[in-house]
Amino acid sequence: MTYLPKPKLAHPDLPKNALGFTRRDYEGPISTLCAGCGHDSISAAIVRACFELDLPPHRIAKLSGIGCSSKTPTYFLGNSHGFNSVHGRMPSVLTGANLANRELLYLGVSGDGDSASIGFGQFSHSMRRGVNMTYIVENNGVYGLTKGQFSATADRGAKNKRGVANLDEAIDMVSIAIQLGATYVARSFSGDKDQLVPLIKGAMQHTGAAFIDCISPCVAFNNHDGSTKSFDYVREHNEAVNFLDVITGRDEITVDYAPGTTEVVRQHNGSLLKLRKLADDYEVTDRVAAMDFLEVRKARGEIVTGLLYVDPDAEDMHGYMQTHDTPFNAMGDDELVPGAAVLAKLNASLR
Amino acid sequence: MSPQDASQMVEAAGSTVPPLVAVNDFVVKFANVNGSGSASANQLFAKAILRMGIPVTPRNIFPSNIQGLPTWYEMRISDRGHMGAREGTDLMVAMNPQTWDEDVRSIRPGGYLFYDNTKALPASKFRPDITVVGMPLTSFTNAAYSVPRERQLFKNIIYVGALSALINIDPKVIEDLLAEQFRGRDKLIAANHKALHMGRDYALAHLPCPLGLTLVPSDKVGDRIFIDGNTAAALGAVYGGATVCAWYPITPSSSLPEAFTRYCERYRVDKETGKKRFGIVQAEDELSSIGMVIGAAWNGARAFTATSGPGISLMSEFIGLAYFAEIPAVIFDVQRSGPSTGMPTRTQQSDITICAYASHGDTKHVLLIPEDPNECFQFSAAALDLADRLQTPVFVMLDLEIGMNERLTAPLAWDDNRRMDRGKVMTAEDLQSGRAFGRYLDVDGDAITYRTYPGTHPTRGSFFTRGTSRDEFARYTEAGDAYQRNMERLLKKWDTAKTLVPPAIRTDAGAATKYGVIFYGSTSPAIPEALEIIAAQCDVVLDQLRIRAFPFGPEVEKFIDGHETVFVVEQNRDAQLRSLLINELETSPKKLVRVLHYNGAPITAEFIAAGIGAHLIPAPLREAAE
Ligand SMILES: Cc1ncc(C[n+]2csc(CCOP(=O)(O)OP(=O)(O)O)c2C)c(N)n1
Ligand code: SF4
Ligand SMILES: [Mg+2]
Repeated sequence: MTYLPKPKLAHPDLPKNALGFTRRDYEGPISTLCAGCGHDSISAAIVRACFELDLPPHRIAKLSGIGCSSKTPTYFLGNSHGFNSVHGRMPSVLTGANLANRELLYLGVSGDGDSASIGFGQFSHSMRRGVNMTYIVENNGVYGLTKGQFSATADRGAKNKRGVANLDEAIDMVSIAIQLGATYVARSFSGDKDQLVPLIKGAMQHTGAAFIDCISPCVAFNNHDGSTKSFDYVREHNEAVNFLDVITGRDEITVDYAPGTTEVVRQHNGSLLKLRKLADDYEVTDRVAAMDFLEVRKARGEIVTGLLYVDPDAEDMHGYMQTHDTPFNAMGDDELVPGAAVLAKLNASLR
Repeated sequence: MSPQDASQMVEAAGSTVPPLVAVNDFVVKFANVNGSGSASANQLFAKAILRMGIPVTPRNIFPSNIQGLPTWYEMRISDRGHMGAREGTDLMVAMNPQTWDEDVRSIRPGGYLFYDNTKALPASKFRPDITVVGMPLTSFTNAAYSVPRERQLFKNIIYVGALSALINIDPKVIEDLLAEQFRGRDKLIAANHKALHMGRDYALAHLPCPLGLTLVPSDKVGDRIFIDGNTAAALGAVYGGATVCAWYPITPSSSLPEAFTRYCERYRVDKETGKKRFGIVQAEDELSSIGMVIGAAWNGARAFTATSGPGISLMSEFIGLAYFAEIPAVIFDVQRSGPSTGMPTRTQQSDITICAYASHGDTKHVLLIPEDPNECFQFSAAALDLADRLQTPVFVMLDLEIGMNERLTAPLAWDDNRRMDRGKVMTAEDLQSGRAFGRYLDVDGDAITYRTYPGTHPTRGSFFTRGTSRDEFARYTEAGDAYQRNMERLLKKWDTAKTLVPPAIRTDAGAATKYGVIFYGSTSPAIPEALEIIAAQCDVVLDQLRIRAFPFGPEVEKFIDGHETVFVVEQNRDAQLRSLLINELETSPKKLVRVLHYNGAPITAEFIAAGIGAHLIPAPLREAAE
């Protein structure tokens, strides 16, 4: 396979965002994934989210591990730097990148094999550290790229294409993320763009570790009867707890809501999350309640989606570490090198 | 009189071997129990000797545990400046009953044993050919102090006091050191001074002061400083402009990031805001630490990690990615005897091969190999420059011997006009001016290509980083010819690296010789002494070449070509550097004679001399000598 540039036919009527970019400016070369693969829908949702948020593409860094899902950063945000790293290790690379320059927006894209199997440790620790990022797992329950073996998010008893059942308990990425300190946690479905796009936008506007588990069926290896990650199965079992609307700076903040059905969460960076409640007993800022709710609904066989938890006042890694406002990669000798006089003093103290 | 009475034993010793007599040239070894607070007393002792102008080279020998197991602190005192380890102990300070037999055995005939005779020991526990100096340390200390913690602390100072009388350490020097150590805490200073003199006075009154081993003030220390390699390397990273450090604790490397943290807290915190110009992450493992380093360096920060052999094994996949994707990364490998359940607290040079060729596919990496703390400092800063310049991982190869022991070393120097070499980075202005950008396109002919940091320019200069499935413009391709072109360019870059790394240092014998010796790293201090022994015993001189980096420059090939036989002295079993020489220079293996030391103890001049000497003396003569 070689690179297939997408014909850049900038249609004069294409709508432009505040920066004068069209949606095309956020796209990348043509995807080489299987036709109908859920991952491509997520790429499209990322493109739309960035376009709608008026993000300058070059201020986004997209990083991934290895897998079909991890290949997707090639196919969106063609004007952004990207990094296809090694299997399961995107979180550490992203953490390092984020340390070097706190001013960019970091988008980590991974698969369920990449993040729940080989990279479970790195996934977990990046959540603990509160790395300021949007971390999306494109979750299909299998290793697409190596042809359909079960991953660690496959449900126990789910059947593969040959009818063989998975023996191991599934890892529920959202529960783990909430438990380990992620401060924006959502689950969505690649087949529900209306739900997914605002969730991505909310994540990108969040300061702290934002995690989205996006169920994304693999049409080649895990979309059959007996699979619990197929389009049909997910549609049937999807229980959204809320519907999110992200209100950006230029939108009117005239939120009309009937108490009890809609709530507005103001994040401390100023962004507003407007949530239409679908499960009326769901309290999105209550971490313990969220974990409880997820367990109860999981036992009922439901796939709970929506914004599951947010801490609007979250800190990020730089906040915890109290790093300087200037990005490290912009610091020069004068700021970093203590100089000969200091060294002379040090020498004197070592005699 | 009890058998441990000093005067009696002196006579006993006299009847067999005359007691050793030496001035400013002997080995003192302290046998302690790990965690007993002896480390600072031992260090005080060493520093006092240094302050008298006499070179001392101390070595910590310690187990892989925190409390209770034996530790030793060995000090080689040498006015001639020999800093390599030496076999045998001249004065043993035996403070650990657990290792008594072994400790007594290690004393050279005619040597001295200082011990705590509070509890009587049977005569069979001693040797007739040594001088035994007993002092009732425990009962003496317990009589003076009642608080258990004080007893422990001051017992150490008391024995330092007694020893100062036994070998003529100037007590004023020790007093000054204590005053510096506890500056501002006058009570503590007074208490320490008191303990020091208690020990000293006891010794002067009751022990045979001075022993045959004595110190006289000298001027051989000069302006040298006393620092360990890990600390010096950490300072080098501060001066080299590193802002990101990600690490996972492992002996003997942990003290490097720990020192980096201390110095950053001291020199890199904004005075007004309290905000930090550094980010240090104790990662969850070595995979993560190297991943963070690569991510940070990809994004334009200077970043490093420090580890030891087991960590390098874990980092290998990432190291390959950094090699192929051409991302700077600095890795300090403080080598030890492997594996994890090996002898992690013993020294070795056994990661040369794994670092030189770390990872899958065709990879090879730049190694810098410092010989002492001063070079640790220099090479640390140089590695950060080289990694940026060459856009590749650079290893700094320390070992436990250099990393964790304080050494006399030339004062650290810095040129304020020096600027970080960030290598080939295109700026927003470069891109704006229309300069063509191909991430993997060799435009200068040195095979080093230009990179951009993410976020530089709104429409130009972005690229996608991946391993090798890409062309000169970082566009995805699996075409074989593109792969091969890239691999050949990487080889060419390797040639460029040869011109940038620190060259090997050659020291000629002064007379023509067909023999040469190659060595590196912590073997270095033992070499001059080894060559003195060889010259005296075999009447042969050798030219020397100290390797300081991989890849090898032309000077290495020239040195080998210029000698009939070249000894390669290393601290590993498999002659790893020798293999690199053979592999990279296609040198005839027959020419390169292995001299290998790998029991975990530092290499000695005697060992090297014997190893080389065995090849120099013709076989019949050797038999006759035996
Ligand atoms: C160290 C290592 N082991 C194994 C592989 C092979 N491998 C490539 S992708 C993959 C699984 C990817 O699964 P997932 O992250 O779920 O992505 P998907 O393809 O399903 O989107 C594996 C095992 C590899 N690239 N590296
Ligand atoms: S194999 Fe599955 S995951 Fe991979 S591209 Fe095809 S459908 Fe998508
Ligand atoms: Mg998958």
